[in-house]
Amino acid sequence: MTADVAVLGAGMHPWGKWGRSFVEYGVAAARSALADAGVDWRQVGSIVGADTVRGGYPGYVAGATFAKALGWQGARVTSVYAACASGAQAVQSARAQILAGLADVVLVVGADAAPKGFFRPAGGGRPDDPDWLRFRVLGATNPTYFGLYARRRMAVHGDTLEDFAQVKVKNAAMGALNPNARYRKRVSAREVAAAPVVADPLRLLDICATSDGGAALVLSSMEFARRHGVDRPVRIRAVSTVTPRYPNTVLDLPDIATDAAPAGASTTETFRVSIARAAYEEAGIGPEDLSVAEVYDLSTALELQWYEDLALCGTGEGAKLLRDGATALGGHIPVNVSGGLASFGEAVPAQAIAQVCEITWQLRGEAGDRQVSGASVGITANQGLFGHGSAVIAVR
Amino acid sequence: MVAGWFTGHGDDFRLLGTRCSACAAVFFPREDAHCRNPGCSGGELLEVPLSRRGRVWSYTDSRYRPPSPYVSDPELPWESYALIAVELEYERIVVLGQAVPGVNATDLAVGTEVEVVPGVLCEDAETIWTTWHWRPAEVTR
Repeated sequence: MTADVAVLGAGMHPWGKWGRSFVEYGVAAARSALADAGVDWRQVGSIVGADTVRGGYPGYVAGATFAKALGWQGARVTSVYAACASGAQAVQSARAQILAGLADVVLVVGADAAPKGFFRPAGGGRPDDPDWLRFRVLGATNPTYFGLYARRRMAVHGDTLEDFAQVKVKNAAMGALNPNARYRKRVSAREVAAAPVVADPLRLLDICATSDGGAALVLSSMEFARRHGVDRPVRIRAVSTVTPRYPNTVLDLPDIATDAAPAGASTTETFRVSIARAAYEEAGIGPEDLSVAEVYDLSTALELQWYEDLALCGTGEGAKLLRDGATALGGHIPVNVSGGLASFGEAVPAQAIAQVCEITWQLRGEAGDRQVSGASVGITANQGLFGHGSAVIAVR
Repeated sequence: MVAGWFTGHGDDFRLLGTRCSACAAVFFPREDAHCRNPGCSGGELLEVPLSRRGRVWSYTDSRYRPPSPYVSDPELPWESYALIAVELEYERIVVLGQAVPGVNATDLAVGTEVEVVPGVLCEDAETIWTTWHWRPAEVTR
């Protein structure tokens, strides 16, 4: 069991397609988080940037890029790249530095200006890169993987297109209440059904868009928080970034094939389940203790999968949990009250940080119209390329 | 495109993987450097042909033109193709591949038996780039 670190401040740049540099979004989010914390930038002992993939250096050295833009003040600096889990690994790095006594206050920043349309691998002919190969050899975009998972759920658990659509309906209704969300319009099941199919069986409104956006957190030691006059801060109790275990028998981005399944074995713990389990074990908290969850709804069908992977319900019961209203605002475990990626879109290095921002506001009771009443424990979960995934548990 | 992933023609067409001589783990795409089993001290990786048949684990399609490095002619209207993830009969490796032309998502179901056949990925002035395709087994004979 590890010690807690305090979340002193949270901030975002609203998400959308703004046409500006990721640096601008990150700095806006950082200034907002610092103001929220009541901390002067010059008090920050370390800055951790979640990297964005850009040709040229600045995106790859996000920590220093944000530090320069905020004004060089001598802070320790770290940059982290882990695809969709970049933000959570940035939080992990900040927490480790605080717990190790290397810094009292750490600023974590992630921001992106995402390209329109499908994400694609970096250019050039690179047959040694699995991410390049899946496009070149198969034309397998990210939504094709989401489509595979969705069809598999329909076949194994009996999920329906209507179930998937209702995830979008729920998340859009909550995103409509969030001033930082890109899409702030309610969506009906009929609109989801009328959208063009992108990757069978998923339609355009089942799949999250790409976006610009930024998010930032100010983390500190519990002792600094007390000295700073914050007696009961939101605390981060667990950051799980565990890798899959061999043999990994569920096809995941960007792989063309899985490991071979062991003879005789019918099931092994999947990667997403292991991410959540490690977080629960580190926090000493179980799914029954949760008030609120923010999960990666890269597709509507994937949100239902997360319900099961987080043990909010049993295997195959995700759609029932949704139909029962448990994961809507007012249900017993609201999921993606921020509106989720359905309402935000992907700004890759920012989104895992944005999830922790939302949990922070929820646990402080500052989430406005989308507030989960009495929220005291929250979890985030995400998954990126190459066995990168993470979960963060925060308490108050 | 990628060397040594498949071999043969017609009914002799096979995907090629590698098998660790120490722990018998099989890998596709082929692993030639190190065995990836964390409990294995590492053996010689030997080329092995994989099962010709397997069952559909899941399937989907690409209704929109994938971005580069996928090669397609932007002058031609986009024609979607199905993608099938197949659990190989013997190795139980799930391998993703395009369906043979003409087989659509509506023709498929999870659990259907399919077999691997040679296919063409794309052509340019000098080269026909070959690949593997999955074909529903009952269509063939």
